Amino acid sequence: MKKHRLSTRLWHWINLLALVILFMSGLNISNAHPWLYWGQWGFQPNTAWLAVTRFPGWATIPGHYDLAAARDWHILFAWVFVVGLLAYLLIALFNKHLGRDIVPHRKEWRWSAIRADIAAHLRFDFNHGEGKYNFLQKLAYGVVLFILLPLMFLTGMAISPGFDAAFPWLLDVFGGRQSARSLHFIVAWCVFGFFVIHVLLVLLSGPVGQLRDMITGGRFDEAA
Amino acid sequence: MKRRNLLVGLGAGLVAGCSKVGASTPMQKLFELAEGWHRGAQRTLAGRNALAREFSPEDISPYFRGNGTTDPGDASYAAHAAAGFADWKLAVGGLVDRPLLLSLDQVRALPQRTQITRHDCVEGWSAIGQWTGPQLKTLLDAAKLKPDARFIVFHCADMLEGANYYESIDLIDAFHPQTIVAHQLNGAPLPVTNGAPLRMRIERQLGYKHAKYVNAIEAVASLDGVGGGKGGFWEDRAGYQWYAGI
Repeated sequence: MKKHRLSTRLWHWINLLALVILFMSGLNISNAHPWLYWGQWGFQPNTAWLAVTRFPGWATIPGHYDLAAARDWHILFAWVFVVGLLAYLLIALFNKHLGRDIVPHRKEWRWSAIRADIAAHLRFDFNHGEGKYNFLQKLAYGVVLFILLPLMFLTGMAISPGFDAAFPWLLDVFGGRQSARSLHFIVAWCVFGFFVIHVLLVLLSGPVGQLRDMITGGRFDEAA
Repeated sequence: MKRRNLLVGLGAGLVAGCSKVGASTPMQKLFELAEGWHRGAQRTLAGRNALAREFSPEDISPYFRGNGTTDPGDASYAAHAAAGFADWKLAVGGLVDRPLLLSLDQVRALPQRTQITRHDCVEGWSAIGQWTGPQLKTLLDAAKLKPDARFIVFHCADMLEGANYYESIDLIDAFHPQTIVAHQLNGAPLPVTNGAPLRMRIERQLGYKHAKYVNAIEAVASLDGVGGGKGGFWEDRAGYQWYAGI
C-alpha cells in the first residue's frame, strides 16, 4: 500500500504552487492599500486596526509594485486553488482518506492521550500513533483542510463585489467586506504559519524520505 | 541568517521567474481566460439582475473618498463648475436610433433611483454613499439601441497622463437596475472630487469602472476602435482587467 495516494500527491504539489503564488501576489496587492479595517467600509488610514508593513519586492509577485499584474496572478491561481481543493476534498471523502487518516478518532481526543502526543513531539518522536498520522498531525491537517483553506476561499469571495451580489450572506457571515478583507489577510498568515511548521517538521523527520514519498507515494506498512 | 538568505534567494528566483513568465503571451492568454471564467461564474451564479447590497442611512461613511482625478482642473471644466454646470451636456450617441443631448435639468427630470451602496476600490478600501440619478436603462431605451450595439462606453471630461478617461461595460451591466447616472451624493449635488456633475455607478464592479465627469455615453459594437482598444483608461494604460467584478 502506498503511503500517499496519487490524488494526494498531485494535489499537494499543485496546491503548494497555487498557495505560494497566491501568497506572494497577495502581498503585492496588500501594498496597494496597506491598512486593514473592520466592518462594511474603511478607507481612512487613521481608523485602521492594522497598518500593514510594505512588503519588499523579493517577497511579492511580480517583484515590483504592479497591482494589475498581481491581480492577474492572484485571480488565475485562485481558480487552481479552489478547483484543486474541492476536487481533493471530494476524492478524499469518497476514498475514506479524510475519515480514516485525518479526522481524529474519539479516543484520541482524551486529554491524557493528547498530553502524551505533545510529550512525544517534544522528544522529536513523530512516528507514533496508530494510523498514518498522530493526533497533532491530524489536528493540524484538519484545521488547514476544513477551516483555513475554505476560509481563504470564502473571505476572498466576500471581497469581490460581483460575488457579493450572488451571495449577499457572505457579507453577513464575515461582518462586512472590510472585515472579510482583514480575515483574508489574517488567515493567509495562519496558512503561512502552517507552511513554516510543516517544512520544519519535514526537515526534522527525515526530509529526503519524506520528499521522496510525497513524489513517488512511498510505502505504508500497516503492521509497523 | 543562512536560511533567511536561502528563502530570500528562492523568493527572488520565483519573483524573477514569474515576472518573465507573466509578461509572456501564453500567460497573458491564461490571465484573460481567468477573467472570462470570473465573468462567466459571476453571471451564472448571480443572474443578470441580482442586486449589490443596499445599506441603510446609518451605514454611510463620514465622507466619500475621491480617487484618480479629484478635479479635472482645466479652464473649460472650471468654467462649468463656476456656473454650477448649468450648460453641461450629456450626449447619448453611437449605435442608437435617436441620439440625445441632455442638460442636467433634463437628466434630473427623468425617473430617478436612489441607492445606498458600497464603493470598492481596486486598491482594497471601501466607502458607502447614497447615490441618486436616472437608470442608464432609461437613457438607452429613450435613445433606442441599434441591434448591433454590444457595449456602452462612457467618455469623461478629465484627463489623466495626457488622455481622457473612459470606461465601458457590456449590455448586462448597462441594463442592470442599479446602473445609474448619478448627479447626487448623500442628497447633495455631486462634489467635484466624486465626479461632478455626472458619474456612473456600476455597483457589481470595482471603482475604476465607475466613470466620473461623464459627458458622453456611446453605444458601440466592439471596443477595438475605442481608446487603446481594451475598454478603459486603466485597462489600456496599466493592464487592469476589463471585467472588474472581483
